[in-house]
Amino acid sequence: MNMPSSTLNGQKTATIGPPLWLLAELTYRCPLQCPYCSNPLDFAQTERELSTEDWVKVLRQGREMGAAQLGFSGGEPLVRQDLQELIAEARHLGYYSNLITSGLGLTNAKVEAFASAGLDHIQVSFQASDPELNNALAGSRKAFEQKLAMARAVKEAGYPMVLNFVIHRHNIHQMNDIMALCKRLGADFVELATCQYYGWAFKNREGLMPSRAQLEKAEREVNQYRARLLDDGSAMKLIFVTPDYYEERPKACMNGWGSLFLTVAPDGAALPCHSARLLPIDFPNVRDNDLKHIWYDSPGFNHYRGDGWMPEPCQSCDEKEKDFGGCRCQAFLLTGNADNADPVCSKSAYHDRILAARQAADHATAGIEELTYRNAGNSRMFFRS
Amino acid sequence: MADSAAVGKTAGSIPCFRLGFRFQWEPVQNGYVLLYPEGMVKLNESAGAILREVDGQRSVQDIVSALEQAFPEAGSLAGDVNEFLQHACEQHWIELS
Repeated sequence: MNMPSSTLNGQKTATIGPPLWLLAELTYRCPLQCPYCSNPLDFAQTERELSTEDWVKVLRQGREMGAAQLGFSGGEPLVRQDLQELIAEARHLGYYSNLITSGLGLTNAKVEAFASAGLDHIQVSFQASDPELNNALAGSRKAFEQKLAMARAVKEAGYPMVLNFVIHRHNIHQMNDIMALCKRLGADFVELATCQYYGWAFKNREGLMPSRAQLEKAEREVNQYRARLLDDGSAMKLIFVTPDYYEERPKACMNGWGSLFLTVAPDGAALPCHSARLLPIDFPNVRDNDLKHIWYDSPGFNHYRGDGWMPEPCQSCDEKEKDFGGCRCQAFLLTGNADNADPVCSKSAYHDRILAARQAADHATAGIEELTYRNAGNSRMFFRS
Repeated sequence: MADSAAVGKTAGSIPCFRLGFRFQWEPVQNGYVLLYPEGMVKLNESAGAILREVDGQRSVQDIVSALEQAFPEAGSLAGDVNEFLQHACEQHWIELS
């Protein structure tokens, strides 16, 4: 075991563990336009994607450091012509590899070929339980039928079936229909992930965030459905992620900064989470440094390790080792200073901004046509302004 | 012995890993893990030793015998192995056929 420890702000910190999770965001290109996409608003500014050789190098270095879970994500990772080659390399190295896809661009032949190359799992994302709403949210007329066909193909090819639904105020009333659809398709795992407000979802927060009443109803429905699954002896697992805007204590974001999770963005930027590039921090790039240096020694990854950086109310808080002060991106987005306590915390001086968002959710009336859709045109507007 | 009935019930059944679940040794973690869609369970030493014997061919009884042979100082292992495999089954990590 050679895990170097590091010194931050003069304090010796705990030993830094290995990055067990590697997220490879292969591209920001995507045929869909979901208004809650977690990609940065200015994604269209990103020009040069990493080459196949760059990615192979990243995969090798990550595995050597102990990464075991690998996510191929994006954008839509299927647009990369070298995906199958990267899957084969990942398998050869011993990763458990997950393909996170919209299903658009997937074919039965690809599903089979990826399985032969050693892909462990394909997660197909849906926008809703019916074609009208699904396709309106995705900004694509054929999306829903294609997703259904690919979900079935995944199952037939012998993968575990994992379906992901991003939940927000416009589809949260479909919870029972969504779970029934998943059961019919034979899903093994179902992620019902309420939007987390970063990237495009932060831009569209008012139009996406469910009210407390909507959320509580959905929680009841999920719990009732879970009880039925248990009675039936079904192995289908429901994972319901609720928005932290309704909590009084922040989430232990990413299990702590630079603790388990390493993201590599399409242009090679190495990040402690997929939102972190919005922070005013200089993050390293895999084109310039190897992952070992990036993870253990770079200023970017050490920036919020330990607790020496914490101002009040976090510094003297007896829960700081439990939640690490919450999410740095959320602190930055809501207070303008990423050092601050995550405003989800009721001890934060900015907690009123969370309360205001909850109140807005109780009175929101905007329809889905008023959301800002994630596409290159809208993205270019953001980095021009 | 309370365990013997339960053992009897499953001694002949054959455990195999559930679809999408992979058991492997992780040198950096110095232990066995169970990997599944977007998740990982770090196994303790005895859990690792038991699951290492799961190959979709051998029965629970075969696995007990193999472990008792490998760890003669441990005495009878049928109760412990059965209990753990039941737990693994309830967690949907393995299936018994």
